[in-house]
Amino acid sequence: MFTFSSKTRNIIFALMAIGVIAIAYGFITNPARAWSSLLHNAFYFNAIALCGLFFVAFNYVAQAGWAVGFIRVPQAMAEFLKYGCAALLLIFLFGHHDLYHWTHKELYDPASPEYDAIMAGKTGFLNMPFFIIRIVLYGLIWAGFAYMIRKNSLQEDMEGGLEHYNKNFKLAAIFLVLFGITSSTSAWDILMSIDAHWFSTLFGWYTFAGLFVSGLAMMCLLVIWLQSQGYYDNVNNNHLHDVGKFMFAFSIFWTYLWFSQFMLIWYANLPEEAAYFQVRWENYKLLWILNLFINFLAPILVLMSRDAKRQKQILVVAGLIILCGHWLDVFLMVMPGTLGSHAHIGLVEIGTMLGFLGLFLFVTFSELAKAALVPKNHPMLPESLHHHI
Amino acid sequence: MSKTIYAVYNDEEQLFTAIPSLKSSGLKVTNLQSPFPVHGIDDLLGIPHTRMGVVSFLLGCTGFSLGVLMIWYMMIHDWPINIGGKPNGALYLNLPAFIPVLFECTVLGAAHGMFIVFLLRSKILPGVTAPIPYLRVTDDKFVVHVQVKDESKIAEAKNIIRSSGASEVI
Repeated sequence: MFTFSSKTRNIIFALMAIGVIAIAYGFITNPARAWSSLLHNAFYFNAIALCGLFFVAFNYVAQAGWAVGFIRVPQAMAEFLKYGCAALLLIFLFGHHDLYHWTHKELYDPASPEYDAIMAGKTGFLNMPFFIIRIVLYGLIWAGFAYMIRKNSLQEDMEGGLEHYNKNFKLAAIFLVLFGITSSTSAWDILMSIDAHWFSTLFGWYTFAGLFVSGLAMMCLLVIWLQSQGYYDNVNNNHLHDVGKFMFAFSIFWTYLWFSQFMLIWYANLPEEAAYFQVRWENYKLLWILNLFINFLAPILVLMSRDAKRQKQILVVAGLIILCGHWLDVFLMVMPGTLGSHAHIGLVEIGTMLGFLGLFLFVTFSELAKAALVPKNHPMLPESLHHHI
Repeated sequence: MSKTIYAVYNDEEQLFTAIPSLKSSGLKVTNLQSPFPVHGIDDLLGIPHTRMGVVSFLLGCTGFSLGVLMIWYMMIHDWPINIGGKPNGALYLNLPAFIPVLFECTVLGAAHGMFIVFLLRSKILPGVTAPIPYLRVTDDKFVVHVQVKDESKIAEAKNIIRSSGASEVI
């Protein structure tokens, strides 16, 4: 059993307090900046939680046993989904005017000088009621599956038997199909519709790849932190090696998709497509290049060798690099669209990030403290205990 | 003068008790030949982990460098062509278009290079007779190589090997 010590709790409350102060400061000085920062971080941490659920689901469907020893960590991460989705909905309801250009009514009025024929053609998909329905639907699907899978897993601890495992197998298979659709459409809705004139068919996968890596990095850091607190004797460097492989592989996958999206647009050089990169290249050149370096070169060089993936210190460094890098990646997806050339990483952005990190950790640790850290009757548990590569 | 003798076992489970018992009797176990990979046997034999990863990295770097050289020579230096409004003025300006080729060159260098290095390292180049002391090792037998330092001790070593469960000693 994990105990959520009061010392940890106080640190997390301090993080949340910093977040509240930073957001309040942001709203006083520049509301658009505060809204952008809230959207950026709500999406980022929600997606990390979603990747926790995705990790649990594909382990069930692949009938993989090696990760069962610490499967409660991604399970607990997924419990943040209900708060993350609620935050996204609230941010949309109250901040849509500052965030999403397509929500401005004058764009659709033919008599108005602001009338935009392209946007008017997209109203079938991009309209307020349908957008809200979609966000609610994502929340219900994600948080619902997280709840059901966790419930079965906790009952399995009490009752044993294969019944709960088989139920979760089916739930996980259905979830993966829905995830395949919703991970792409949610990226279009929440991030791509900020630059509503622009579209990229790869955007959903690109966002998914980046956030899957961050989810894995967060999981890796949480497991290593729990080990440093004296939990998880059953997790050894064979398990961490596999997590490291995942982080390494999906960092490359992210780069592959980043480059596929970039190269086609660069080569074709169509004005309506190149506009997205032009804004980022003109105003955020340093961050834009840094993004590629810290999300591709740093993980690939740090995590390439076998020995590196088997050492906790190196995994911690790589995990922190990946988390910061993909936070920057989401920053570059959101900010140039909402704030134009005025965005920068300052107190508001970092403070909001710390606030959301605090909230995320608070939810995760509270959930971890509710159940045994190692599932007791999972049929694959012996495989995880004897995992050796 | 040292001599290698070969202990033949029928089952891979036997190896996990036989190899430690051979070692504890003071014999030097140098290698194992088996029809399939046996999990965990490398640690038991004390064979260090393969350095193929390092080789692959170096060969990948070589492939990448040769790719850069090739592209620079063909597309920039020798015969620059204006493709799709992108004149090949400098390598870095057109880098996005060259990255797929550089990626392929890296993979080509690493994959082919590793294949050749593996053949050389295992001494199984085409036309070379493979060093197989006991042919059924390619079918269902497991052969442990035991090195004996002194020829006078061979008989004693063979006895130890037989008592460890070996079906045959050569």
